[in-house]
Amino acid sequence: MSGGTVGTLLEVRDLHTTFSIPAGDVRAVRGVSFDLERGRTLGIVGESGSGKTVLARSIMRLNIGTNVTTTGTATFDGRDVLSLPHAAMQDLWGPEMAMVFQDPMTALNPLVRVGRQLTEHLRHHLGVSKAEADRTAVELLREVRIPEPEARLRAYPHELSGGMRQRVCIAIALACAPSLLFADEPTTALDVTVQHQILNLLGREQADRDMAMVLVTHDLGVVAGRTDETLVMYAGTVVEQAPTRALFADMRHPYSEALLRSIPRTNRPSHTRLAAITGRPPDLIAPPAGCAFSPRCPYAQDRCHEEAPPLAPSGGDASHAFACWTPVGSPEAAESFARNVADGLPSAVAVDLASGGAS
Amino acid sequence: MAGSGKAHLRAADEVLVRVEDLVVEFPAGRGRTVKAVSGISLDIARGETLGLVGESGCGKSTTGKAIIQLPPPTSGSVHHGLVDLTELSGEAMRRRRTDVQMIFQDPISSLNPRRTVGDIVAEPLRVWGPHGRDEQRALVDRMLEAVGIDPEVARDKHPHEFSGGQCQRISIARSLVVDPELLICDEPVSALDVSVQAQILNMLEDLKAEYGLTLVFIAHDLAVVKNVSDRVAVMYLGKLCEVAGPDALFAEAAHPYTALLLDSIPEPDPTVELDEGLSEGLELPSPIEPPSGCRFRTRCPHATERCAAEEPQMRRVADGHHVACHHPLVAVAE
Repeated sequence: MSGGTVGTLLEVRDLHTTFSIPAGDVRAVRGVSFDLERGRTLGIVGESGSGKTVLARSIMRLNIGTNVTTTGTATFDGRDVLSLPHAAMQDLWGPEMAMVFQDPMTALNPLVRVGRQLTEHLRHHLGVSKAEADRTAVELLREVRIPEPEARLRAYPHELSGGMRQRVCIAIALACAPSLLFADEPTTALDVTVQHQILNLLGREQADRDMAMVLVTHDLGVVAGRTDETLVMYAGTVVEQAPTRALFADMRHPYSEALLRSIPRTNRPSHTRLAAITGRPPDLIAPPAGCAFSPRCPYAQDRCHEEAPPLAPSGGDASHAFACWTPVGSPEAAESFARNVADGLPSAVAVDLASGGAS
Repeated sequence: MAGSGKAHLRAADEVLVRVEDLVVEFPAGRGRTVKAVSGISLDIARGETLGLVGESGCGKSTTGKAIIQLPPPTSGSVHHGLVDLTELSGEAMRRRRTDVQMIFQDPISSLNPRRTVGDIVAEPLRVWGPHGRDEQRALVDRMLEAVGIDPEVARDKHPHEFSGGQCQRISIARSLVVDPELLICDEPVSALDVSVQAQILNMLEDLKAEYGLTLVFIAHDLAVVKNVSDRVAVMYLGKLCEVAGPDALFAEAAHPYTALLLDSIPEPDPTVELDEGLSEGLELPSPIEPPSGCRFRTRCPHATERCAAEEPQMRRVADGHHVACHHPLVAVAE
């Protein structure tokens, strides 16, 4: 997971992305900042609509359309990619940064053989001959463990299984040896067994190539074993940020805790009631005034609905930051939880029920 | 099984549905057939949730659909009480559909986008009655409330105005409005976020208790299946591998395929060691030409010559726990 070379590869500061639609401005990403070191893996976790994919696409400059505005900076290897002209981005895509998408079927062109999709940007960026590009393509397919790679070059995407297609997409992304790979829900469309293989493959490639990776997923189980650091996003903002082990050892934001608690775990007996997060994510055209999670939070107090908490470290650990007035485990949280249960607040009652009404 | 046998079936008077030797095949062109389900036998007790689990292409959805004759199986029987559904005429089967309902994976595409939520939920009533307008409306409202949708708000809206989780609630309301005995849930939560998934799973448990439902819960996520099921059947390439209570299955998986599925679950715990070598590079074989003997043998770390020559039969591991494997991971009486 961790790489040898040190130094910051990507530095994102106060990134905002807004989509203008007839109903208003959808503020999909609202002020995200983070650093990514060379060769390291960052996990971005959150529900649908939390802004995790838009964030990754904003840094890659893949949000096309006249109704998208991105502000802030994303300094990649010394250059602010958000202010680069489109032509300069084309030189970055492939050799510098690449992306693996969620749906391997729609990410590949159904009318073009796998071989040409692999060699296309090899030839464009590296200027190699067709024969040499074909040789490299076979090597790449072998590297991502596709059986009979020579024969597969002639295959169309529909002739491959979902897992094989995702391997092809990974081979394409790796072809020009990028220093940063975005993997946007790379295994969500796949079976658990195949998911395990693909995540192993990504981890192996990342370590061998000393490549940095941003792994976007809704599944805390996926980030747990495979990332160095994790950002938890909610309603377009980062609510908690920490080294992955520290995050799982001590979750401080109620949303992180709620996400973890809503996952069915195999080590609990069957028919265990799940602590579901009540309600729905907020409307990003008019986000709530205070903490965006406060309407669904079991620990919310009056202050949470009025004033947005800043993302800040607390205690001795500067690497573990969270944005909450009543962090998990604090006396304030325990106090407001007891009060919210007594008041019959649905978000608190759901948690109380799932824990067997302990409080 | 990835083999055959019926050692795991219970006495006929204990069960609501009994599926025997179910075979479903589809033509694949050039004279070939896809052997989607190849002779599985299952039973479902009244009030039980049967979890059906396996990878894509293992035939779990096909099995669920064959139970309600959509389409009827190629061969085999599906007894619902004393009646064999496969023997019924089209009209007789149609009349039984109120007893057996189904909900699907994609909640948005399973609702007609041009109709209002009130109409969608009322549609089964237009066919089956009661036909009185007020009666229908009262039933629809009660059902929407039961699934946590405010009927006053939702009645005149269209499906696109709702989230995936809400659409799944609406499709559950539509299936329950005719008061079925058996509800077949085909991957009902796999298109949903974890937080919404938990809401729907809790709700299904509540509805099951309230309406005395029997459920078949089809999913690829073992953790989800464990959470809701009373009994779990693991399928692989059209065959059954293992049938057990959920806690026994997870505590002592007897089939190597079950063990592989369990080891593949990503645990939300960074201190758990990852198994890098697990199932590496092995693909599901083609259901057009499945492997001889045990169908799992091409991916199985314990496979021997016997597995290629001879199809394993269901054997008893413990009460209510059966496995079809020549080399099970726990001791089995020969």
